Amino acid sequence: MVKRIAYAILTVFIAITLNFVLFRALSGDAVSALRCKQCSKAFKEAQRRDLGLDESKWVQYKLYLADLAHFDLGNSVPSEKPVRGELIVPIKNSLPMIALGTLFAIVFGTLVGVVAAWRRGTFADKGGLYTALGFYSMPTQWLGLMLIFFVAGAVGLPTSGIKTPTLGLFTDASTWEVAVDRFKHMILPALTLGLVLYGDYALIVRSAMLETLGEDYVLTARAKGLKNWTIVRRHGLRNAMLPIITLVALSLGFIIGGSITVEYVFSYPGLGLLTVEAIDKRDFPLLQAIFMLLTLSVIFFNLIADLLYFKFDPRVTT
Amino acid sequence: MSLIEPLQAADEDALAEGIARSSRPGFVRTAIAGNRAALVGLAILAFFVFVAVFAPFLEPYDPTAKTGPVYDPPSSAHWLGTDDGGGDMLSLLIAGSRVSLAVGFIAALVAILIGGTVGILSGYFGGKTDTVLMRFTDYMLVIPDIPLMIIAAALFGRNLKNIIVIIGIIYWTSTARLIRAQVKSVRERVYVKRAQALGAGNRRLVFKHVLPQVAPLLIANTVLMIALAIFAETFISFLGLGDPSTISWGRLIENAFTGEATINNAWWAIVPPGVCVTIVILACTMIGQSVEDALNPRLAVGHLSVRRFRVRTLDGKAGAE
Repeated sequence: MVKRIAYAILTVFIAITLNFVLFRALSGDAVSALRCKQCSKAFKEAQRRDLGLDESKWVQYKLYLADLAHFDLGNSVPSEKPVRGELIVPIKNSLPMIALGTLFAIVFGTLVGVVAAWRRGTFADKGGLYTALGFYSMPTQWLGLMLIFFVAGAVGLPTSGIKTPTLGLFTDASTWEVAVDRFKHMILPALTLGLVLYGDYALIVRSAMLETLGEDYVLTARAKGLKNWTIVRRHGLRNAMLPIITLVALSLGFIIGGSITVEYVFSYPGLGLLTVEAIDKRDFPLLQAIFMLLTLSVIFFNLIADLLYFKFDPRVTT
Repeated sequence: MSLIEPLQAADEDALAEGIARSSRPGFVRTAIAGNRAALVGLAILAFFVFVAVFAPFLEPYDPTAKTGPVYDPPSSAHWLGTDDGGGDMLSLLIAGSRVSLAVGFIAALVAILIGGTVGILSGYFGGKTDTVLMRFTDYMLVIPDIPLMIIAAALFGRNLKNIIVIIGIIYWTSTARLIRAQVKSVRERVYVKRAQALGAGNRRLVFKHVLPQVAPLLIANTVLMIALAIFAETFISFLGLGDPSTISWGRLIENAFTGEATINNAWWAIVPPGVCVTIVILACTMIGQSVEDALNPRLAVGHLSVRRFRVRTLDGKAGAE
């Protein structure tokens, strides 16, 4: 266990270094990519000196590590505001939406996966399997567009942004109204995310369940005359939980990265949309910070998955 | 990751059995022929490849020209209507199949070449080579691939070659891990040891004895990788980072979005490209999965045939098996 945590910490360090290599060594530097009218050569030189880009790569690397140790992620180049501050609101916007989508996927994925495995070969199984496969194969951004086109209008849900522009403009909106408005804006992005993930999860749960239901102890349980539901819950699902939990935890790390297109489609002002904007403006410091955040979240969830595996499977000791 | 290993190890024995049969000539062919889903997938894929190859002859109009009014609904002149520039949707769709499939096939090939080489080197030589290569693979695995791909595409310029290379370079990791595990078990088999004792060199052992054994797994992986690569291309294009001079399905989806097809009520500009992508990915998944199933006899035996789906997660990561 200690070994795993140490391993994760080492990975973090390597990721930080890779991040430096990717953004500083491979791509020229933040200033040369800057495009603006006032960006004369002299201005660029001055900028470069400010950012320490005229030093050797090794000195830059040391500076970079020192800054990181102080949680100083640098300043966004176009707006000149600290990157750290620019990240907070988008993260706050993204997290509830992602959580909602993931929750949806876990609940429905598990439900459909279990039913499909238990009623194997029946209509329920085929239906579940093919819808899951279908959602699994759809490009996320396209699914979002389809929802905007075919669902949003029909049920009257907003399709872009996080807040109705007119809300609270003429009359004071109560906290409750604001919350409801926000939730409404969250539904469609979360549903898009949830449906694609649902495809993944349902397939994983189904195959894990099929495997456990084929074990001898399930046959024994049936021979003992236990009720179907008891077998599924206590003997099947309980054992299938192990691969499911770890795979879900593993995938969680990648969800934030995957929400980029979802947020772009719905103009949802979260971390994903921020990424797209940062790319548009070639805002390297911001991009670097986002990328690091995403990498760290993957490492974090990998560690969680490892620890969960460790906790749920007493056979694994190292 | 340390985590993937126990998950993989469970399947290793069963896979090794399957691998033993897999070098028989025509294994992949039999595996596909014996499975209805795989046959359907193959037929679909063949159809799209045909369309892509003969695209210039099949397009009713020049896809880049304005041949009708803007957002004209489907009619006998334009079977799938027109897009925001008055271009014929059907022609665009056919032209798009070319780039999308090319990106899919070539990027998958790049990924498989890198992943296969790393996997075979790592599994065959073991020891230090293995440690170093697998450590590296592990670190690559935790890098969020879609963000990396987008950033790389933005940094290195918007052209098709870059996009293909970027996708290929980012997607090799899962293949490397899978192949390594197989090569490791093949390497310990008696006939390999015997060939070695008879004086066969490394190159001969790898090409004559190891590679044929893992070839079906490589093929299955390639097909699954094609799906991932096509998927990735739609992502990159959708964010406006695709090659501006080419038409692909990803670009068409982007076009429907930026051209505000939803507001113009032009379902014919939104639905078809996405359906094409979905169908092709579905087809690849069905083929790849059935070959993998055939490799794993335990899964096919008796009343339980377990499909093992990779965690693709949202962004197309083939994370763990």
